[in-house]
Amino acid sequence: MRTRLRKWSLLLGAAAVLALPLTAWAQLSTFDLEKALNAESHVGNLTGHAKDAAAPYRRYCVGCHGTLGDGEGENAAWMEAPLYQKPRNFQLGVFKCRSTPTGTLPADQDLYDAITRGFDRSNMPQWNTLTKQERTDLVAWVKHFSPRFATEKPGTPITIPPEPEVTAERIKAGRDVFARVQCWKCHGVQGMANGPSASTLTDDLGRPIAPFNFTDGTRPKCGDTDQDIYRIFMTGLDGTPMPSFADNIKPEEAWDLVFYLRTFMSQKSKEKELAKQLALKPVDPNAPVGQQ
Amino acid sequence: MRKRYNSAAVLSAVVVLACCGALILNQNVSAAGEGKITGTVKLDGAAPHMKGIDMSKDPYCSKAHATDPAHLETYVVGASGGLENAVLYISDWSGSALASTAVPVFDQKNCMYTPHVLAMDVGQTFKVTTSDATAHNIHPLPNPMTNVGWNQSQPPGAPPIEKSWKKPEMIPVQCNIHPWMHGWFVVVNGPYATTDSNGSYTINNVPPGSYTVTAWQEQSGTQTQKVTVAAGASATADFTFKAK
Repeated sequence: MRTRLRKWSLLLGAAAVLALPLTAWAQLSTFDLEKALNAESHVGNLTGHAKDAAAPYRRYCVGCHGTLGDGEGENAAWMEAPLYQKPRNFQLGVFKCRSTPTGTLPADQDLYDAITRGFDRSNMPQWNTLTKQERTDLVAWVKHFSPRFATEKPGTPITIPPEPEVTAERIKAGRDVFARVQCWKCHGVQGMANGPSASTLTDDLGRPIAPFNFTDGTRPKCGDTDQDIYRIFMTGLDGTPMPSFADNIKPEEAWDLVFYLRTFMSQKSKEKELAKQLALKPVDPNAPVGQQ
Repeated sequence: MRKRYNSAAVLSAVVVLACCGALILNQNVSAAGEGKITGTVKLDGAAPHMKGIDMSKDPYCSKAHATDPAHLETYVVGASGGLENAVLYISDWSGSALASTAVPVFDQKNCMYTPHVLAMDVGQTFKVTTSDATAHNIHPLPNPMTNVGWNQSQPPGAPPIEKSWKKPEMIPVQCNIHPWMHGWFVVVNGPYATTDSNGSYTINNVPPGSYTVTAWQEQSGTQTQKVTVAAGASATADFTFKAK
């Protein structure tokens, strides 16, 4: 009799423990997670399926991003701002690195590139050791966490005109753009992340965050090709203080600004050479508007 | 042949319905039968001290306030305790969206938001402008599960930004370049009003009926009152908040 009772209570206990994760999932009931598991992604000619990424996610990602994709994995507690940003909360559907305008969802290719590239100065490594199919499946898995992907379409990627030849004139013009839209307010007049507003920046969740330092040899988080840098300031990094300048910088001027930003970077470049020949001075933050 | 009769019947029914509908709609749109809700919002007790703002990090901003120092605007209290920047709206509004063509404007002036609180209807277009010769970024922070946020720059001389919001929400807005700049987009369903410097308000274009009026203040939260608006008449709802 007693053993039977114990058996029952054991079974009940086991059932309760098994039901626990269900209650956690129920909290996310604003949308149908089961249905969301049918999420797909399209990268090049590959189609990714969220269902196929459950195992790789558990193996490679869950430690930081958590079982619910909320960025509260067991390692998250050790990542401290502003040096290291917390893992992304996929449920919010807000992403830094996009080819799409501010306030829109990223394209599948953007999420794929983020997984492949990793994030410099963060705990997110490059996952280019996974196969292309695995990475494409993971894109679908990342999307399934946010109800936004179920109801909204990604934004239309911005158009980047072909890159012109680097010239001294373009670098000087880029310096004027840098002064006019006041990048230096956060990034500093020499791109050293020491502008007057640098120390008070916070991300959308109120955590301290530092502007990019162009001079310390690290790479921009959303990629370091000229196209990547163009994209960063024309789409903004959503979730961070970095706004979109799409309304205030024309495509031609945007290339000039890319070339000027290259002159700050420690890596050797044609831009750096030309800037040296021009003996360019940093912009004057106290000069009246339009008089550099 | 029978089919044709049927379609003719359906067609005439649609025409009759459309006419009636137009009549009813017309009544709703015309101001003749509409009433309004008026009142004041006051703060109980002494006005809380509002901290001064140190704008020395941006000389343009501090110069603009050289003779008129800037203060936080969490509570802006008028002479007789009237509370400015409270938003009043009908929280059980079940009518259609407002057909208002007004475009509320949110200006950045002397490194402050004018007004500090901008109320608008769901789907109503509003404008963000800059009067400053220093760069700002407009960064509304809605709950990502409710509305979709964005972050755009406005350097000196930048053109206005036109936007709208899809769902009702009290959305904080900030400038990351000037961390003291903090304001609100208050997005509601149906008619609304914002209190003036005396704490007075008038919600216009309210069709006759019984409503719940809600008063919202950024720090003190919300209060509600039931009112009944008679055709062409004015109902009153006064509110008193405690400072928090």
